[in-house]
Amino acid sequence: MGKTVFEKSSSGRRAFTLPPNDCPLEGLKQLITRKGPVGLPEIGEQDLVRHYIELAGKNYHIDKGMYPLGSCTMKYNPLINEELAGLGGFTGLHPDQDVGDVQGALELMHGLERALSEICGMGAFTLQPAAGAHGEFTGMLIARDYFLGRGEKRKVIVVPDSAHGTNPASVAICGFTPKTIQSNELGLIDPAILEKEVDGETAVLMLTLPNTLGLFEREIAEVVRIVHDAGALVYMDGANMNALLGIVRPGDIGIDIMHVNLHKTFSTPHGGGGPGSGPVGVNAELADFLPIPRVIKEDTGYILSCDSDKTVGRIHSYFGNFNVLVKAYAYIQTLGARGLKQVAMDSILNANYLMNRLEGTYSLKYPGPCMHEFVLSARNLKKNGVRTSDVAKRLLDYGLHAPTVYFPLIVEEALMIEPVETESRETLDAFAEVMERIAQEAKESPELLTEAPRHTPVRRLDEAAASRNPDLQWRPEEK
Amino acid sequence: MSYVQNTDGDREAMLKAIGVSRIEDLLKPVERSLRVEGDLDLGEPMSEPETAAALEAISKKNCPASSLASFLGGGVYDRYIPSVVRYVLSRSEFYTSYTPYQAEVSQGTLQAIYEYQSLICRLTGMEVTNASMYDGATALAEAVLMAHGIKRGGAVLIPRALSPRIKAVLRSYTKGRGIEITEVPFDERGEMNRAAIDDLLAEGTAAVVVAQPNYLGVIENAAEIAALAHDRKALVIAYVDPVSLALLSPPGDYEADIVVGEGQSLGNPMNFGGPLLGFMATRKAFMRQMPGRLISGSLDLDGKRGYVMTLQTREQHIRREKATSNICTNEGLCALSAAAYLSALGEEGFRDVAVQSLSKSHALYRLLKEVSGCELPFGENFFQEFVLRLGSPLGNFLKKAKAAGILAGIQLTDDFPELGPGAILVAVTEKRSRADLERYRDIVKGGA
Repeated sequence: MGKTVFEKSSSGRRAFTLPPNDCPLEGLKQLITRKGPVGLPEIGEQDLVRHYIELAGKNYHIDKGMYPLGSCTMKYNPLINEELAGLGGFTGLHPDQDVGDVQGALELMHGLERALSEICGMGAFTLQPAAGAHGEFTGMLIARDYFLGRGEKRKVIVVPDSAHGTNPASVAICGFTPKTIQSNELGLIDPAILEKEVDGETAVLMLTLPNTLGLFEREIAEVVRIVHDAGALVYMDGANMNALLGIVRPGDIGIDIMHVNLHKTFSTPHGGGGPGSGPVGVNAELADFLPIPRVIKEDTGYILSCDSDKTVGRIHSYFGNFNVLVKAYAYIQTLGARGLKQVAMDSILNANYLMNRLEGTYSLKYPGPCMHEFVLSARNLKKNGVRTSDVAKRLLDYGLHAPTVYFPLIVEEALMIEPVETESRETLDAFAEVMERIAQEAKESPELLTEAPRHTPVRRLDEAAASRNPDLQWRPEEK
Repeated sequence: MSYVQNTDGDREAMLKAIGVSRIEDLLKPVERSLRVEGDLDLGEPMSEPETAAALEAISKKNCPASSLASFLGGGVYDRYIPSVVRYVLSRSEFYTSYTPYQAEVSQGTLQAIYEYQSLICRLTGMEVTNASMYDGATALAEAVLMAHGIKRGGAVLIPRALSPRIKAVLRSYTKGRGIEITEVPFDERGEMNRAAIDDLLAEGTAAVVVAQPNYLGVIENAAEIAALAHDRKALVIAYVDPVSLALLSPPGDYEADIVVGEGQSLGNPMNFGGPLLGFMATRKAFMRQMPGRLISGSLDLDGKRGYVMTLQTREQHIRREKATSNICTNEGLCALSAAAYLSALGEEGFRDVAVQSLSKSHALYRLLKEVSGCELPFGENFFQEFVLRLGSPLGNFLKKAKAAGILAGIQLTDDFPELGPGAILVAVTEKRSRADLERYRDIVKGGA
């Protein structure tokens, strides 16, 4: 196994030097209070580059192969967007510059807000949230302040049992209490159950559309009516918005607040865990609650306005992950209305094609057609002593990435698969073939699965030991 | 251009395999009345050259600070970024990878974050660092929620000399839980007023936040403040500038309980303020109360060293509403940037960045001290940023400076009226030259 950068350190080496200091340090030494060295590695540029190339070689990534992770929308990240986001006119802006110097940035943000509002049918958007969960948090703050303003003490957020774990966690931070409702036998929200659970205490129904089973809520109109009749709001987690582009605008069907993930639907890279971006849209009535500052277009140009009595305040130091916004904006420009609709249509086609091929080999609890993703179960393989996690690990041996596993919780031994629109038919066929071969292996030689992976940079790691005795930083004595 | 690779021939074959004749047949679950009629109002698709031209035109409407002599700081700084850092970030093995949930094929990201955690531990003198937060402001807000959780309630004291934007974020994050936040004024030296801390500390105060250096650039006596807080059983949260830690005592030395800060300075471009890098470190005793991901070293089945995400039972995907936070996607790539930056600079290079920022900011301070009408209210106890007061509205001065290619600083008077009219925050990083400083002085001299 490769060494850490600390183990490659040799005193006196360096990869970068500054121009000489042309100002004296004289008379300032008393301000220096650190006693010893920091303990930073010392390494030359060539070996530092090799260090990171060695690490790079141990990563799976989109440019290497398909990422069938359900609800993650791991689509291709267009290269031109990276190039454009790297323009000095964007990267070199300081957030405290005078608005006169940042008119291009504000124009881009305003344009992106408008485009997202059009795509989602919402009254207004904020681009401040730095990730999907940050968007959920913002949405819950908006709901909180909306009801406070009306003098209503509503404390409960209703969340379906298929919800992503961030939903109840976001609810809790805002001081709300989550209440879980069960899905029906079709994997959908049952209006009859909902009607019983929603009352004057309910602030919000928080749903994901399509839901995490990849299913469109067939009764959505009725669901929205029930919630609105109870005086509550409907929040939509837009993690799965890819399936709806140009087909359904959430605002048109009565969604009050929603977020989208630019790092899913709008092609910006995940960066190995961020930066993402989770803009929040609201209906026109709630627009004044959005975080400040807001970008406003005036006759003379764009301004940043903090002028709102109702705003939830700030939720980011500045304007959100601007660099990510540039990429999403470029993506929307490139695709236009027709391209975006094509995205949704082909994501649905690819998912149904793959589901159709794999159902039977793996079991499908909730019948389709699905939208952009579907959930299989590997429970048939349990009799061979094989579990979903083994299927996942065996996929890695074939040079592929695993689907999302053990989620949603309502499907036993779940394999949640989202093939995305950018993958070709050949890639889907190749993935299906491997999935079929693995199911066969499970019957014939299950140890190939239970002992997988064998062809990856490391084999299964001892997570239990790590959790009992975490090793969270490199120390020389641990060599 | 939609990056879709399916051809009409592919679609036909796929639909046939599914057993339907048109893609629309797959949309049956979506009632017709719910669907969009016609096209969205978004304009025509563009080719790559057209998109490029459109965005280049927009970027040219900006006048980036990086192209001028910028004295803007306040948390985001114009620093040199070594090309090796940009190169590492441009590798798609890192930027197009997902969160490392499948550890066996994510060792690159996992080891890089482990090294990042180790580096931040060394900088701060703490035992545990998480894999990053959205920015310094949300990191502080989460630290306050964490402290409030550990102490099971209690008010939190924060310095008045904290970025007004950070204070605003803190209010948004804490109002849902009803946490009382009280500002401690600064004294005539610009330091957190210790007598006021003593008065405000009450039985059951959850935490005292100390900013080092504070928003006005002043170096606090953090050890004394920490001792005051600990004497009264309150936790100490240090909000630190990471570059200053090359020269200032690490918070571990004054026994801070939680350390947070803004890490943009560590190899990330300013990017109009995002993405930023919130970092958070704590004591081992509090690691299970900490929000965010943690990467641990471990061994694989063959006894080979590798890395995994650990203590995930704190996190939202396992713990749901009982999680320590809702954070999921963080700023992983910016953490990678920070690790590559600190590794590229090494001990000497990093110290040099801090030394040059310190000596250049003091050189400007000394130049301005000679100019009459130019007030420097807080003395020389600062790291790389100081308050300059010109006593009159700043509009003309800022305009004149801009015309000379200088962004002179951040206006303070709206947020800190007690500083009087015409107060600005001036930051000097290693990128400024003596000539820039002299030009700055000349403009002040001409206009003050």
